[in-house]
Amino acid sequence: MTVKIQNADFDVGAEIATLRRNNPKVGAVASFVGVMRDINDGSTVAEMTLEHYPGMTEKAIDEIIGQAKGRWDILDALVIHRVGTLKPADQIVLVVVTSGHRGEAFAACEFIMDYLKTRAPFWKKEQTGKDARWVEARQTDDIAAERWRFKG
Amino acid sequence: MVTVLYFASLRESLGKSSERIALPATVRDLEGLRALLVARGGVWEQVLAPSTPVRAAVNQSMAVGDTALADGDEVAFFPPVTGG
Repeated sequence: MTVKIQNADFDVGAEIATLRRNNPKVGAVASFVGVMRDINDGSTVAEMTLEHYPGMTEKAIDEIIGQAKGRWDILDALVIHRVGTLKPADQIVLVVVTSGHRGEAFAACEFIMDYLKTRAPFWKKEQTGKDARWVEARQTDDIAAERWRFKG
Repeated sequence: MVTVLYFASLRESLGKSSERIALPATVRDLEGLRALLVARGGVWEQVLAPSTPVRAAVNQSMAVGDTALADGDEVAFFPPVTGG
């Protein structure tokens, strides 16, 4: 498994190719890309800065992937999360999961993303036309993560 | 001594990203450290009061109030996370 926290953008095709290279056991690849929008809570957002907790962020994501491996029969997983200054339409996060069959890959990919949203230490600060504001955590993200306690 | 880190809106409000604190003998856990910081008053009380939704980590793992603290620990306080 691979976890990368970086300022640079990523190439989804190249990352998927690397993850499944030389592994003929892979029958399914599920991926999720989170992208920055130009609007949030009714205001236009011009720019966003992402902060993280170096060391803990990587460790938290490692643990989330470890949990996914314990729950589903997956072959490998990759998470790339960008930090620093981003603009609307920029890619923010990539999750890729490989497995023998699609069910495991889909479920593990969604689980990793839901847990990352509520457990990995990242914080977003948005720059609107007028001012800067820290993004508030959403209850819907807590609910999305919580439902995995009851799902297989 | 413990190292205490502050992130995001907490770092901005408190005007510092880290500090070293010598724990008094009476402070044995995370809750005790938080109370020690709140007792500084002013903005410390405002942003770290028990009613605020502050999260914490000890040695880079999410932690709750009764987590014991020891010399050399790295403690962090931060708002609920908003990545992804």
